[in-house]
Amino acid sequence: MVEKIISKFFDIRDSHTIEVYEQHGGYQTIQKVLKKMKPQDVVDEVTKSNLRGLGGAGFPAGRKWSFIPKDNPKPKYLVVNADESEPGTFKDRYVMDHYTHGLLEGMMIAGYAIGANLAFIYIRGEYVRQAERLLEQIEAARNSGYLGKGIFGSKFDFDIVVHRGAGAYICGEETALLESLEGKKGWPRMKPPFPAVEGAFGCPTIVNNVETIAYVPTIMERGGEWFAGIGSEQNGGMRLFGVSGHVEKPGLYELPLGTPLREIIYEHAGGIRNGKKLKAVVPGGSSSPILTQDEIDVKMDYESLAAIGSMLGSAGVIVMDDDTDIVRALHVVMRFYHHESCGQCTPCREGTGWAENIIQRILNDEGETSDLDNLVRIAENIMGNTICPLGDAAALPLRSYVTKFRGDFEARVSKGRKEAA
Amino acid sequence: MAEITIDGLRLEVERGTTVIQAADQLGIEIPRYCYHPGLSIVGQCRICLVEIERMPKLQVACHTPATDGMVVHTNSDKVLEARRAVLEFLLVNHPLDCPVCDQAGECWLQNYYMQHGQHDSQVVVDKVKKHKAQPIGPNVMLDSERCILCTRCVRFCDEVTATHELGIFNRGDHSELAPYPGVELANNYSGNTVDICPVGALTDRDFRFKTRVWYLNETPSICPGCSTGCNIVIHHNDERTYKADGARVARLKPRYNAEVNQWWMCDTGRYGFDFVDAESRLLRPRKRLGSELEILSWRKAMQAVAMAISETVRKYGPDSVAVVLSPQMANEDLFLGRELFSNLIGLANLAFEVPKLEPEEGDALLMTADRNPNSKGGWLLGLPHHHEVSLATLLQVAREKEVRGLYICHHDLGQAVADKELEAAFSQLDFLIFQGSNSNMVSEKADYVLPSTTFAERDGTFTSHAGRVQRFCQAVAPLGDSKPDWLIFKSLAKALGHAMPYFEAEDVFAALADEEAAFAGLDYGSIGESGAQLSPGAETKTPAKTKERESFF
Ligand SMILES: Cc1cc2nc3c(=O)[nH]c(=O)nc-3n(C[C@H](O)[C@H](O)[C@H](O)COP(=O)(O)O)c2cc1C
Ligand code: SF4
Ligand code: SF4
Ligand code: SF4
Repeated sequence: MVEKIISKFFDIRDSHTIEVYEQHGGYQTIQKVLKKMKPQDVVDEVTKSNLRGLGGAGFPAGRKWSFIPKDNPKPKYLVVNADESEPGTFKDRYVMDHYTHGLLEGMMIAGYAIGANLAFIYIRGEYVRQAERLLEQIEAARNSGYLGKGIFGSKFDFDIVVHRGAGAYICGEETALLESLEGKKGWPRMKPPFPAVEGAFGCPTIVNNVETIAYVPTIMERGGEWFAGIGSEQNGGMRLFGVSGHVEKPGLYELPLGTPLREIIYEHAGGIRNGKKLKAVVPGGSSSPILTQDEIDVKMDYESLAAIGSMLGSAGVIVMDDDTDIVRALHVVMRFYHHESCGQCTPCREGTGWAENIIQRILNDEGETSDLDNLVRIAENIMGNTICPLGDAAALPLRSYVTKFRGDFEARVSKGRKEAA
Repeated sequence: MAEITIDGLRLEVERGTTVIQAADQLGIEIPRYCYHPGLSIVGQCRICLVEIERMPKLQVACHTPATDGMVVHTNSDKVLEARRAVLEFLLVNHPLDCPVCDQAGECWLQNYYMQHGQHDSQVVVDKVKKHKAQPIGPNVMLDSERCILCTRCVRFCDEVTATHELGIFNRGDHSELAPYPGVELANNYSGNTVDICPVGALTDRDFRFKTRVWYLNETPSICPGCSTGCNIVIHHNDERTYKADGARVARLKPRYNAEVNQWWMCDTGRYGFDFVDAESRLLRPRKRLGSELEILSWRKAMQAVAMAISETVRKYGPDSVAVVLSPQMANEDLFLGRELFSNLIGLANLAFEVPKLEPEEGDALLMTADRNPNSKGGWLLGLPHHHEVSLATLLQVAREKEVRGLYICHHDLGQAVADKELEAAFSQLDFLIFQGSNSNMVSEKADYVLPSTTFAERDGTFTSHAGRVQRFCQAVAPLGDSKPDWLIFKSLAKALGHAMPYFEAEDVFAALADEEAAFAGLDYGSIGESGAQLSPGAETKTPAKTKERESFF
């Protein structure tokens, strides 16, 4: 079994303090990097590691960093996305709680690599304790000379600002996040320009997920090749799989990318609760298309899930046993996206509410078979036709629940008809 | 440059041109709600989705730059389906109150639905309820259920006026357009939000329920409200005036002119047309005898006025009658006025501008402090600036009986000098003539009143402060017996024994262009609908004709 990288700190007392972090080798890597490496060397090493963005889209981290324009005289910013609001996702909270300085060290290295002297952590408003902890630990780092002018005695200035969100899921989408960070309404921007060219305050900006950045110190310590060797092809290293739902042992499991879904559910999470049978799994947060019990031999990496029409997303694995009312489950999902659509694009704004409404009607036993076709049609008319991926994030589950579990939906619809008759 | 192909048509475009702009250049209409060429691009409404070869997803035409070799389809099945879907989505929460909506007939939800929607409704949901019919400023009414959240109005107030009154509040399908709390949409350009609103969410309080738009006719014109000369369209009711208390001019709308006003006009100009159909219109030539008013035929009026002028000039000389033309008048009027008074009968005293007691202010956008449409035209014809000829001097010489007859065109002198001073001067005169469209304190005192038409009832040209000669066209018939100013001057010339060979405003302009270097080579055809810019060099060559003989000023 591969040794844990982040989650080993979950079990260490006071692991969030500088002292304990340093007792376990913390803040050695940044000093080595500042002394011995050029920024480009860091980008190259991270590229070699095959570290993927772990916020949802899985974009290779090193490649993203390399998009920072070399000749742009404006300041560069690093933004850490700690908005964690995708249903079924709870990993970043643990990282901030227990691997606080690992995240900060990762930010220092990333900041050095992209030439940013200032970084922001945009943290979900509900994460009050985590925000307080970050503020307190950032202050401690500043007092130790780890943040501020010339960190660790080098010529590199670096500091971190914590910005708290106000409760909108859409502010986790990177461009909505940047708008919100700038003090505006969280409305996603059209791309291009991409944030790496024009991000926060019109300056080149790299947005990365908490967990993505938290793996950076270890990659720089052990080498990109070592990290790449752990995962599957093009999917470097490990990540925190958050398993929830009807399993014996819900929780976070740090496992190599490419670990089969079946192994995660049945070995690590202890199998289905109360000896029941599996019905369905959502593999990567509520936005990822649902899988049936027959599809769980898939390897949990970006390409393997894409190949079967789903996605790894945030690796929030939601397990449903065969007592689950799939219509009700979809209603919960659609109510969420309806509530969270920012409202800019016509298809997402109107389609999410319309779909929720139809599902509600089906739940009220007032549905009709034509409703099922309409649901799929609504999904397909949203898909690919919006500014940001929230539209797809709503449409993909909608279509997949209705098509893969058509039987459940039809039974519900005809039940209503029988009762009415 | 990039060569782009849209629906099989090829076009070379500048770098940075978007697909929607290229399509517009080709005359291919891609539907749009949030896109407006005068505002930033937001890509929100999604109705301009098009198919681009070698791109897997549909792309919004408003935000996609044309690149070399790009091949675009605006009417493929995929595009038509996406467009139909956007319309279907827009109607999910739309109240469909067309029968009581002022926008009906010029609504882009109706129009595009007829062209691209035409689906049977699959929507069986409770619509989201929002606020209906709220006044959000002095001129604009908001029905937020009808709003399709295109944000055009928000961007207008952010980007054009920079007054930031409007925002979108809440999220998702509860999003609602509204002014910020405690704020009114009261900037002087608020009416433009009604123009750019593609649906009936923003309507004109002034126009609400007055008429159905399909009863309106349209005539291109120029706003007479200030020296900017915004290009406008007069929307007029030709038959159903009983629907609007007899008002024939229903509303003014801006008309695009890249060089002048782009898509916009100010509220002062937009809502300032009441005088055209107002009670105060002067309808018949008339004469005052003490407190008695006598209606005259034009022939009689012209004879009487000609007699008054010629008698006075004969008795007291050409200095004894002064004429005040007006920068409200068209180039044609000023040219013939100068011809008649200065050249034919040789009056020495021709004034033009009369500054108001309380000067107006302009703004940084369109409206200028000079609230006359044709000051520049007058200067170019050599009429004097007000600092050269002041009203104060004029009234003083009147009091001293050196001037015995005053002929005042349009000016409401009540706004320029204290009533006492006017009374003192007028009481010494042998005659006072007023020529204009609406009554004012001068017409009240005048011995003769000659009614002129308004800009909406005649053809003519104004020269904007930027030196652009622009045509306005007759939209409605002259009210009562009123006549265009130039025609009054022509009749008066005839009564004085001078024939003038002009039958249309166009003829007068042709003579003007012949005579005046600044206007050389222009005619109504070449001015066209978008105007003609005078070259800065040409403007200065004009000799000041009124200065040839001795005058008081
Ligand atoms: C609706 C929506 C919500 C998102 N929420 C989050 C989030 O809470 N945290 C996050 O890291 N990424 C989120 N993302 C993904 C971000 O847009 C972005 O891809 C990510 O922060 C990039 O970091 P990474 O490359 O390290 O994954 C969201 C995306 C969408 C479309
Ligand atoms: S897809 Fe939805 S959430 Fe994203 S910008 Fe459009 S309306 Fe907003
Ligand atoms: S009121 Fe009109 S212009 Fe403003 S957002 Fe709504 S539809 Fe668009
Ligand atoms: S700016 Fe001047 S010309 Fe333009 S609409 Fe206003 S008053 Fe009329």
